[in-house]
Amino acid sequence: MDKPWNNKAWFLVLPVLLLVAFSAIVPLMTVVNYSVQDTFGNNEFFWAGTDWFRDILHSGRFWDALGRNLIFSFVVLAIQIPLGIFIALNMPKHGIGVPVCLVLMALPLLIPWNVVGTIWQVFGRVDIGFLGHYLRVLGVDYNYTQDPVDAWATVIIMDVWHWTSLVVLLCYAGLVSIPDAYYQAAKIDGASRWSVFRYIQLPKMKRVLLIAVLLRFMDSFMIYTEPFVVTGGGPGNSTTFLSIDLVKMAVGQFDLGPAAAMSIIYFLIILLLSWVFYTVMTSHDTQR
Amino acid sequence: MARITLDHIRHAYGPKPSAEKDYALKEVHHQWEDGGAYALLGPSGCGKTTLLNIISGLLTPSEGRILFDGRDVTRLPTESRNIAQVFQFPVIYDTMTVYDNLAFPLRNRKVPEAEVDRRVRETLAMIDLVDWADRKARGLTADQKQKISLGRGLVRSDVNAILFDEPLTVIDPHMKWILRSQLKRLHQTFGHTMVYVTHDQTEALTFAEKVVVMYEGEIVQIGTPVELFEKPRHTFVGYFIGSPGMNLLPAELSGASATVGRQTIPLSSGPTVVPEARVELGIRPEYVRIGREGLPIQVTKVEDVGRQKIVRALFEGVPLAAIISEDQEIPADPRVVFEPHGINIYADSWRVEAGG
Repeated sequence: MDKPWNNKAWFLVLPVLLLVAFSAIVPLMTVVNYSVQDTFGNNEFFWAGTDWFRDILHSGRFWDALGRNLIFSFVVLAIQIPLGIFIALNMPKHGIGVPVCLVLMALPLLIPWNVVGTIWQVFGRVDIGFLGHYLRVLGVDYNYTQDPVDAWATVIIMDVWHWTSLVVLLCYAGLVSIPDAYYQAAKIDGASRWSVFRYIQLPKMKRVLLIAVLLRFMDSFMIYTEPFVVTGGGPGNSTTFLSIDLVKMAVGQFDLGPAAAMSIIYFLIILLLSWVFYTVMTSHDTQR
Repeated sequence: MARITLDHIRHAYGPKPSAEKDYALKEVHHQWEDGGAYALLGPSGCGKTTLLNIISGLLTPSEGRILFDGRDVTRLPTESRNIAQVFQFPVIYDTMTVYDNLAFPLRNRKVPEAEVDRRVRETLAMIDLVDWADRKARGLTADQKQKISLGRGLVRSDVNAILFDEPLTVIDPHMKWILRSQLKRLHQTFGHTMVYVTHDQTEALTFAEKVVVMYEGEIVQIGTPVELFEKPRHTFVGYFIGSPGMNLLPAELSGASATVGRQTIPLSSGPTVVPEARVELGIRPEYVRIGREGLPIQVTKVEDVGRQKIVRALFEGVPLAAIISEDQEIPADPRVVFEPHGINIYADSWRVEAGG
């Protein structure tokens, strides 16, 4: 059957297209522009070709930061996804508990990111912070400003605290959409708790889980504000992630060319990894 | 397979039922035979699904006991009752193949794999899905999915009863008929006790040997399709079954005749009713004869429904429907005769036994 085509619809998309062009495409192109030129101010530019890219790809600093990013994202996903599913499975489905849980879960998501950083920065301080002080009292030699392991633990726990709710809410939405008949049929079929999870709940949550994994991966890979506020990338370079390094290079050292080249590489990595995640997780759907 | 005994069962969804109206299911006390095909028929909200869930164990009744072959199962959870249930919307395990879907209830019960294979292949043959065994269940049509739901019940050889909760709601009309006849054949071949919930009288009457008609939380009649047609125990049965439903005329009794308005209709016997009872005369449109003799009526409308015509008329100011054959002409001065064996007398909506 032929559907009527109406090209006027494109006019309705046009305003958004213009907006996106100015807010995303144009800035991105400026970055591309910087990445292939050298400048010494006064709006003078010299062609640099792929030099900046070569520099970045040969610098140990970049690979170290990238490694830290990958480890961070992996750890964050490995904790938040199972924990989020677990909490969602145990949330009440009826009654007064539902809104209470939902509000509690949404709270961390509503706090501005730098405030989250500040909360944990103060929380973990060994002199006045609740966590830092009492860990000391309990005899734990905790100090996130000096010990890289403590700094990592703080940043990861902070991220788990901040973002697990997102996974919980997405999974919960997937779970409540399962009709009761499925659970009743599973009972009649004598399915165990694990089988119910494996064959009913997990397949129904798959789509939202895909979104959760993608969002959490992209967000954690781009993490900047919270570790910047808490540790400032330290101690040493131990929590210097790509984004923190990038800002140091661009705004601190004013190396616009290398910083632009790094931005583009960073962007391509996120794009590539997101595509890989998406392809792997959806390929199962098309198999028959 | 089992005989199902419903022993004084009542159910209320609220916590403390006090009055009769608090019960979603009013007292049910019946015995359903082993290997019988029963249909629970009634409009939405009449308590038929409640009763079904009590049998399957998804609900525990507020009062009363339920027995399978004399064994009290009231407190047993669903999984230990050994029943199968097919729901309104097909429930399948998407990620599994058709074969694994059918094997699932057996594997959960730790049946040896050789036995699982034998049972699953048999069941696939029963439900005509042999060629689909290795396909993922996700891509199937609604009727195939519903067959899998049914198959998961049939695959267990020792199942006490198979319960159907409006299983054909989402099936295309032409497939409904095929599935229904398949069900009926399965019942005749394997003799499972089957309980089928529906609000569609055609489904109930064609599927079941015994139809259980429910109305406002109460079983108003259990009978064969013929009994429901000829001798509805309650005016609701008369109205709900048949198309159009039974004519009900307010009447007064005097001996072996009934008076409707100014007209007197002779009865085959003289029923006795309590003095204050509201008396109605019920007659199905099939037993109303229109011709030149009898009592006068005013015809208001004639509907042609294919091989028959439905005549809408006024008899003593009361609406009356009659079914006549397509080629029959309606005379200018139409009159009706009520066939005596088709007349039922109702007192306060319940049929008076001695009458008719």
